[in-house]
This record gives sequence, structure tokens and C-alpha cells, in this order.
Amino acid sequence: MKDKRGTSRKGGGNRNALSRRDFLRAGATVSGGLLAGESRAISAPAAPETQVLGPDEVPVTLRINGTENNVHMEPRVTLLDALRNHLDITGAKRVCDRGTCGACTVMIDGNPTYSCSVLAIEAQGHEITTIESLSDGTRFDPVIHAFVANDAQQCGFCTPGFVMACRAFLNKHPHPTLDQVKKGLSGNLCRCGTYHGVEHAVLEAAGMGHAGVMAPPGAPDRKS
Amino acid sequence: MANCKYDWPEAKDRKLIGKRISRIDGHEKASGRARYTFDMNPGNLLFGKILRSPYAHAKIKSVDTSEAEKLPGVVSVVVMKPVGKEPQPEIQWAGDEIAAVAATREEIAEDAIRKIKVEYDPLPFFVNEEDLSQAEGHTKPAVTEKKGDPEKAFQDPDVVTSEGYYGVPVITHCCLETHGHVVDWPDSKSLRVYASTQGVSAIGGQFADPLEIRADDVNIICNYVGGGFGSKFAVDTWGIAAAKLSKSAGGKPVKLLLERDHELLVAGARPSAFAKVRVAAKKDGTLVAWDSESWGTGGMGGSGVPPIPYPFHDKFPNFSRKHTFVSTNIGPSRAWRAPNHPQACLITMGAIDDLAAKLNMDPVELLMKNADLAPDPTLAKYYREELEVAAKLADWHKNWHPRPDKTAGTVKRGLGVSLHTWGGNPHAGNCAVSIHPDGSVEVKLGSQDLGTGTRTVIAIVVAETLGLPVDAVKVTIGDSKYPPDGPSGGSTTVGGVSGSTRRGAVNARDAFFAAIAPALGAKPEDLEAVDWHVRVKGNAAKTLTWKQACAKLGVKSIEATGAQKPRYTTEEQKTECVLNSGGVGGVQIADVSVDTETGIVRMNRMVAAQDCGLIIDLKTAESQVHGALIMGVCYALYEEKIMDRQTGRMLNPNMEFYKLAGIGDVGELVVHMMTGPGYDERGVIGLGEPPVISPGAAISNAVANAIGVRVPTLPLTPDKVLAAIEKGGMA
Repeated sequence: MKDKRGTSRKGGGNRNALSRRDFLRAGATVSGGLLAGESRAISAPAAPETQVLGPDEVPVTLRINGTENNVHMEPRVTLLDALRNHLDITGAKRVCDRGTCGACTVMIDGNPTYSCSVLAIEAQGHEITTIESLSDGTRFDPVIHAFVANDAQQCGFCTPGFVMACRAFLNKHPHPTLDQVKKGLSGNLCRCGTYHGVEHAVLEAAGMGHAGVMAPPGAPDRKS
Repeated sequence: MANCKYDWPEAKDRKLIGKRISRIDGHEKASGRARYTFDMNPGNLLFGKILRSPYAHAKIKSVDTSEAEKLPGVVSVVVMKPVGKEPQPEIQWAGDEIAAVAATREEIAEDAIRKIKVEYDPLPFFVNEEDLSQAEGHTKPAVTEKKGDPEKAFQDPDVVTSEGYYGVPVITHCCLETHGHVVDWPDSKSLRVYASTQGVSAIGGQFADPLEIRADDVNIICNYVGGGFGSKFAVDTWGIAAAKLSKSAGGKPVKLLLERDHELLVAGARPSAFAKVRVAAKKDGTLVAWDSESWGTGGMGGSGVPPIPYPFHDKFPNFSRKHTFVSTNIGPSRAWRAPNHPQACLITMGAIDDLAAKLNMDPVELLMKNADLAPDPTLAKYYREELEVAAKLADWHKNWHPRPDKTAGTVKRGLGVSLHTWGGNPHAGNCAVSIHPDGSVEVKLGSQDLGTGTRTVIAIVVAETLGLPVDAVKVTIGDSKYPPDGPSGGSTTVGGVSGSTRRGAVNARDAFFAAIAPALGAKPEDLEAVDWHVRVKGNAAKTLTWKQACAKLGVKSIEATGAQKPRYTTEEQKTECVLNSGGVGGVQIADVSVDTETGIVRMNRMVAAQDCGLIIDLKTAESQVHGALIMGVCYALYEEKIMDRQTGRMLNPNMEFYKLAGIGDVGELVVHMMTGPGYDERGVIGLGEPPVISPGAAISNAVANAIGVRVPTLPLTPDKVLAAIEKGGMA
């Protein structure tokens, strides 16, 4: 999906070949050079000279759903693992862990992003929005209502990622066609097979107005 | 009907049953608030990781964990194979577990497993079973069966015989929430397990023996499970390892959920099935003879046997078949949604479709003609009705053409049909139903909701029985301390939980009426609970709101139980009533386009006509069928556990190369549930398995219809489509 900018952090199928820590060490000197001249989707805060972080834990500040969080973690920790393991924010799921399935989708500065493929340290200084921002337990974003009404979930493990991807998609394309929905949500995978419901949910949510939390419907849907 | 007190309400009285009702945990899940096992983060959490064998077959000479133990942050280490004893432990598949560690940080645990030194003695392995001639020494006869005189029937000059080769490779379950547990020891003798499981009430005992504790000291908790599909009935070696890691860490919680690659390597594989088939019919299409030689692998331990010829089996006038198990070093098989049936369906329905083409017959007509070969007359009737419904919804008579698509252009369109059956009888289970003086109603049972809508079904049944709205019923499942319910497999859950909770709710209602009848100056049998009220039948003046009625209980709640037994004698059926049954039918039609230049198959449409007795929630029932069609597109077009002949390893244990369909790959889905008179009387029947059986066959048949030649094996990947075209397609 074009909007997503996750890149695979491991090349091949052998996860033992190169650890996240080794990768970071190898990449540290190069990335400093790249950052200077390259336009990057996520650019680190401007630093006068290359800063080598780690391998030990470093302080990390993440702004999530409008709140600053200060935590310590190794620089190799992904944004997804920082959310889940360090901050107990577990709506984003770890499924493929390498930028394929979209279950870990969050928004960074409003753009849908695979949080498994962004380091937490890279996400500093950016506005991170997670699925948790779309409800407070009694009020829910229209996309969530539409997912429920159209039964766009079964086991539900891919669903928070799908909801985030839908929210971001609708923010950019408030009145999509079905073809646009199929293209726009192609970055998320479901195993139970809920795409039929997702298509209807997105189209319904598109008719339900702008992003934001709203009250749940009073009674269960009883269309017969 | 309705002469037995637990019987389902008659159609005219049903307020909720059979309507489209949204799942009651939908907001919780879609908002990310639902906590799955993978999301459990109790305090002092340790992270577990497993070291796996890179060899498909090897002996383990030694395991040295000393370097791992020295790593700061590592708290406990467990060797998972009995190393140091004779005989040396033997690894039979790449990815088998060697040792596990628990550490304070996930990254440290990952470092630690890299520091474990293992000496292997590699041995020869065998991982590719499709070519049976290469499998010498790895085979075992499984089934030989014969009825009538097939050879004589094939010799009859008046029959037409089709011969073909059909197959389905090993695929994996690829649950999005990987297998695993979060485990701690509240005290030295009791174990608490957050499990990603299909059997909340069933799996506790599996921890007992290896850990030398009592089964009833194991508490299993699973509020949400991120996919199972038949692969999550065991606690597995990693569940035991997590408990041991926790124990040696002083009982601290250990989270050990598999990595994605491990999930695809070892946590579930559907057996393959390949077959050489001969099938014959009279010139009018009447099927007369079947002969097949089939084989398949489910890893080292053999596999199930596909029930071919499916679903007709011994209704075939003459048939013979032979099936051979092939042992391979690929990791063990597990039940995969409708075990052995999708394979049997592809083999049989593919062969019959090819025979129809040879007879110049419309395959829908051929199936219609042979519907009486169905296992029983009810199913034969259903098949006829469902063939008609599906053909209409797919515009079959307009869109179908004899093979191949002869229109101009390089993209060819084709239609294919298949039919299937499955049991779906209920599992046994229990429940407790409470009605409290404050008006609240709760039902508790040790069941689980795999995403099928079990919670919602329970709420609907109890609410319907008590005259309440769905959201007035609190459904509490997912904990082994509640009344035990059966595991969720084989489409048994909806029948099981609807049977137990209907009886439990009726018992609660009757006890409630008995308690409050005096306050209404009526007899208990004169009361009814309707529209959130309790009233005296035929006397509108004597009506209480549900809350007012409950307040009459004083301080004493109503506590009732209900059960679904494994079976009922004829005598028991008179008092316990018959609320469920089994044996459903279904017909599916695929409509595809094949690009003959690239070999890419695109789904235009899938149509399903499916029966499952009395439907409790039409919305989640339809979702089951939609989901099954999509899962069917996945295994028909994309999925295969690809094993490397050179290294014995799986080449695609990830989600880039183990392909699943995306939202743009599945085309239009049309689902028609067969309901109403003739269907509802059968009571509740499970639905998870049946609709996933036919898609592979229907899609393969549609591709053959488009290009004029069979692509023998699934998945129908571009290389195989092009190879089939080259061998004589579109002729």
C-alpha cells in the first residue's frame, strides 16, 4: 500500500542470521550520512553530528495519543514492541512482525504506518496515534461502529489494525468507491476472511461523517 | 412442536433467534480493548523464547546453555529434549524445540537463545511427497476399500470413463495470534495459564502430569483467541516449557507466544492429498464406478484419510480405493477446519467435473442427476434445492459454457461447481444461569469464542428464553472455573452451547416463575416472560416489568444449570427434548477469469448456498460462510507449505511468501443461508467447517472450464496454469 512506509527490516527467511542489534550496529554509521541528504518519511530530529545509540538501554520519549511517555529501552526495540511490551498499549498486534500484514498499524503524524517496521527511537518527536485513541470504552469512532454493524471481524486479531488503516484511509478519501477501498486496504491481511464485512463497513463509515468518538447505538442491530 | 418444555420457540414467537444480530463483543474487539493471550502483561513479566533445530532430521549430541545463563537479564533456562541420556534424542522436523529461556526483556531472551550451543548429528531426511515413486521406505498402507465390482463396471462399453490426477499440498493454519501462553504460579502447587486455545475446559489436564500437579489446580483463562482453525487443542511442548520457566523463576509470569516463523513451521499443518482417479458414468450421466489410488503426508505420524469419493462414498454403486500414508520430516499435522474434507472434495469434485466435460454435460445437471448418491435422502433433497439456488445466484445458465471459453481475447472466464457435507453435531457441555434480584442475568460456562460468535449465540438463546433484549444478558466464558463446556472443533460449539444454555435458561425461568408467582396471584405455569416483562397469560392487568418481577425475589437469586449431553436415549429425548442434530449440505459456485498470458486467476464471484438447521444468529452465520469462501480462495490460489529438498526446511515461514488473499483478491461473495420450513425443524447444527470444503474444488473446476484443461493441483498458481495451458488448454 502506497500510504504505508514500513520497510522490511530483515532480508531473508533466516531470522537467526542478523539480529536487530547487529543490524543497528551495522547501519548506524551509514544512516547518519543518508539522513543528511535524503528525503525520508520519518526523519530523526536534526542532530549536529551522528549520534550512536546503544546497545544498552536509552531514554526514549514517545508522544502517543497526545501524551508524552518516557521509557528506557534498547535502541533496537520497534515502535510496536515499545507500545506493547513497555507501555502496555496492546491494541496494535504483532502478527507477521515484518511489514506484511498490517495488524500493527498505527498513525504517525496522521499517516498509517506498520509499527513493527519502525524503531521506537525513530518515532520520537512524532505524533503517534493508536487504536486506543478511537474509543474510551463507551464512545467509539464511527469506523468501529461500522465494523460491528457489518460484522467486519471474526477472531478480531487483525481488526484493530484494519480499523486504523480504515480510519487513515477515510481521512484521506472521505468518499471512496469500492475499488478505492480494495486498493486502499490492501496493506492489511485477515485469516478468518472478513473482507466482505470490511468493504461494507468502510463504505458505511464513509457516510457517517468525520473521525471522532461518538456514542454507541442504543440497541443491538436487528435488521432481519 | 413445542410440546417439550425446552423446545425452540415456534417461528412466529421468535424475537431474536434467526435474526441478524451484531456480535456482543464487537466493540471490545474492534476498538483494540479486548485482551488476547498475546496482550497479557502482568507485572514482573518475563519473556520466553525457544531455540529450534535447523535440521529436518538429526540426533542431538549435546546442549550447552551455560553462556545463555550468564547473560544479564536471563532468569531461567529449560532444555526441552532429554539430552544426556541414551538413546540420543532425535529431531524429526526443522523447527522442533531444543531449549527455552526466559528473560526480563524480549530482546535479551532472543540474544540468549543464540548463545545456546547445540551439537547435532544430522541424518537423512525426506520432505517432498508428491512424487510417490521417490517415497520408497517412507510409506505405509492406510486404507483399502472396495464395493461392488468397479473393474467390471469400467469395462462396460456403455460407460464413459475419465482419468485424472488431482492434489492438494500441505498448507498451514497461520493463526494471526500465534500459539502460546502466559503462565504463572500463584503458589507452588497451582498454575494459572492464559492460553490461546480452542478448549478452555479441556486442556488443563495436559499440564498436570508433566508438571506433577493436580488437573484441578490448573486454571485456564482465554477471553479472546486470535484464530485456531483446529490447531489449538494442545498445550504443546512450549506450554509445558513456559510453566517450567516460570516455576524456576519463582512463579513469575512468563509469556511464551510463538514467533511467526515457528507458527508456520510447527504449529499446524493440513495434510496433503494426491490421487490418481478413474471415474465412470453412463452416457446419461449416472455415476457408476470410482477407482482411486491416493496418498498424502501429515508429517511423521501419518495423517487422516480423505473420505473419497466424497460425499457419496459407499453410495457409489461400485468403488475401490487405496490410500497410502507418506512419512515426511515436515512438522506434525493438526486438524484443519473440516479435516480431510477439502482434499477429498477437490479430488472427487474435480474428477466428476472432468467426467462431465467428457460427457458434454453441464456439471450442475450431472450433480442434480446424481444427488441421490448423497449419504441420506434429506441431504439429497437439500443438494437439489441448493444446486438450484446457487445456479440462480451465479447466473449459471447464462454464464456457464462448455470447456473452454471460446470468446476472443486472452482473458478467459469459467464457472465451476462443487458440493459438500459435514456433521456438526453438538459437543457436550454445561452452564449456570443466574437471575438476580436487581434484574441482571448472567450465564457462565467454560467455553470459548474463536470469533465464530459463540458469546453472541449464548446471549441470544438466553435472552430469547427470558424475553429480554440481547444486551440484558451477561455472558461469561473463557475460564476453566466455570461449568465445563466442550472444546470448539468440528463445528460442535453452536449446537453444544445453544443446547446447554437453552435448557439452563428454561430451568432458570421456571424457577423464577415459581418464586414470583404468588406475588402475582397466579400459578407459575400461567406466567410468561415477553418483551422485558413478566405477565400472566391473557391478563394484561397483571404485568410486571422484568426489574419489578426480579425485585420480588427479595435477596435470593435464581441459580439454575443446563446441560447438553453427548447423546440422549429415546426415553430421555421426551423430557430433555431434541434441540440439535447434524449432517448439513452446501453447494458453491466459483466464477473466475484466467489471464492466459500471465497465468493469473482472478476471482469474479463466489456463490454459496448453505444449510445448517435452525440458525441462531443469521449475521454471524453468514460471516462464517463469507470467511470460509475467503479462506477457500486462499488455499485454492495461494497457500502452500513449500519444503526445500536440499535443506529440509520450509522456504516460506513468513507472511510475505506464505500467501493469503488480500481484500482485493476475493471478488464478489454471495451467501444464501437455507432457512425456514424444511430446515429449521432439524434444530441447531454447527457451521464452521462445511463452507470451507468446496471452494478449492469449485475454483479448480472454474479454471478448467475457462481454459479447457485441468490444473491438477492446488494452489492454482500462474506457473501451473501456464503449464496446463501449454499441455493442451483452450483446445
